Amino acid sequence: MSEPTSPKMAVSDDVMIELKAVHKWYGQFHVLKDINLRVQKGERIVICGPSGSGKSTMIRCINRLEEHQKGQIIVDGTELTDDVKHIDQIRKEVGMVFQHFNLFPHLTVLENCALAPIWVRKMPRRKAEAMAMEYLEKVKIPEQAKKYPGQLSGGQQQRVAIARSLCMNPSIMLFDEPTSALDPEMIKEVLDTMIELAESGMTMLCVTHEMGFAKTVANRVIFMDGGEIIEENEPEEFFTNPQSDRTKLFLSQILQH
Amino acid sequence: MSIHTPHPDLPPPVTSVGAIGWLRNNLFSSPLNTAFTLFALYLLYETVPPLIDWAFISANWSGDTREVCDANPSGACWAFVRVRFDQFMYGFYPESEYWRINLAIGLLVALMVPLFIQKFTRKGLLAAFILIAYPIIALQLFAGGNFGLESVETSKWGGLTLTLILSAVGIVASLPLGIVLALGRRSNMPIVKSVSVVFIEFWRGVPLITVLFMASVMLPLFLPEGTHFDKLLRAMIGIALFQSAYMAEVVRGGLQAIPKGQYEAAEALGLSYWKSMGLIILPQALKMVIPGIVNTFIALFKDTTLVLIIGLFDLLAMIQTAFNDTNWLGFSIEGYVFAALIFWVFCFSMSRYSQALERKLHTGHAR
Repeated sequence: MSEPTSPKMAVSDDVMIELKAVHKWYGQFHVLKDINLRVQKGERIVICGPSGSGKSTMIRCINRLEEHQKGQIIVDGTELTDDVKHIDQIRKEVGMVFQHFNLFPHLTVLENCALAPIWVRKMPRRKAEAMAMEYLEKVKIPEQAKKYPGQLSGGQQQRVAIARSLCMNPSIMLFDEPTSALDPEMIKEVLDTMIELAESGMTMLCVTHEMGFAKTVANRVIFMDGGEIIEENEPEEFFTNPQSDRTKLFLSQILQH
Repeated sequence: MSIHTPHPDLPPPVTSVGAIGWLRNNLFSSPLNTAFTLFALYLLYETVPPLIDWAFISANWSGDTREVCDANPSGACWAFVRVRFDQFMYGFYPESEYWRINLAIGLLVALMVPLFIQKFTRKGLLAAFILIAYPIIALQLFAGGNFGLESVETSKWGGLTLTLILSAVGIVASLPLGIVLALGRRSNMPIVKSVSVVFIEFWRGVPLITVLFMASVMLPLFLPEGTHFDKLLRAMIGIALFQSAYMAEVVRGGLQAIPKGQYEAAEALGLSYWKSMGLIILPQALKMVIPGIVNTFIALFKDTTLVLIIGLFDLLAMIQTAFNDTNWLGFSIEGYVFAALIFWVFCFSMSRYSQALERKLHTGHAR
């Protein structure tokens, strides 16, 4: 990873996401235990932890891909309830990037990006496509616009997925292990795109094990294990001076190579 | 360590490519395969030339009576099919009104041609016209009674016309109904789900013959006295409901093959249930099950012959009726061969069309 390109930008006091005592169960299995989290506008948070620790589940609760059973989740002033209007409202504000990209294979790259603006935001097709091209340029693959996802490399597909989310003009972006399914030589191009996005002031929550990325752009690192937030700290402190034994063990395992 | 020099591309050995390579790989790869190949050639030699001789070379094409055929019994008597051809095509429809059927079918073909032209851009609009307006026009032409057209009862409709009407209605009704049932069966709403499951399992568990009998014999008993409910219409409804249950299971197979990530990505973008189904899930799922859908269409097309048992005269029934003509006794082989040929042409066309469609819709998708 290159030198930190941006000094930590000022974070405003507006709370974008608030989780209050959130619990979730899969059947009998208690996946999320009393999660409390406040995310300010413009904050960039990296969430790490061993697999099965509930980190993906937590961010998937924020746009209702998973339902929480107890506690409160408030996104940009709207509380997530069973009310479909609230869910739609929040999904318009929250973009998500998946581990396996989840591009629509039957649509071209451009159609993938323009689809939601046209059908959800009711934007005229021409305007939506012009905007899609703008974002494809931002992720540096405008020349692939007419191709189908199956013809692109993994790194390119993930950048298209980022552009697709940005086309909805979200104020929050969630990343669910965006680089774990990529070949090593493609990880950098995706991380560079994410760093650029961070520099533009986007509120971001990233589940990732890219510790270089965490050091460069995160304001806070959150460590989860067994469905709980074990530790949260500034990246500098988190990596050099971890508090709990479980964090120390985890860091020693992922950093020793 | 030595320095690596790139190796040039060489052509493959001559014996593994071309006609000789193909023969060697596919027909004579082992002594057993060689024996099978020779045996198959022998069987073809024994059956194909006599068949060609019977059907074409010695066949009787001309003549309006059976004398020509009796004089030359070693060839097929196509004169029988020729004399009866109009009835095979139009059933008992009045001869003076054949033009109405021809017009309706010609109109359909003319309307469908632009759908296959790449440059034509208003395909959606035209398809909607064919699905909504055309059936009304066609019904007016077939049944008459308006616009100074002589009224023709449905009991007189028959032959290939009836086969095509029954299968077209069956296909057009069963696909959307099947899609709705498949979505219903996968729904989270308990009532929608159980209604779909019960419907599908009921209709799949009952033989089509029973369905047709029920529609034709039992249903009128339950209807109030004096209600007239056309027999052909009842058969159409029976066939459509029956086939939609099969269609639903084919479509469900496609829906289940779509990775969960596609549903999640659509949801995360804020698409509603119907939009994500219509724009993301169904286009992929239906494309995946084109072979299964066309398989059901082909089965439906052939199953329409069962309407014979409730007294509707489709192509096969018309041909069988012609066997009883005392002037033409003993030519059932020609009749059945003709029926087989017509059915084969339609079914094979559907199959080829589906293959072309699969190739056209293939976008090299690797998920």
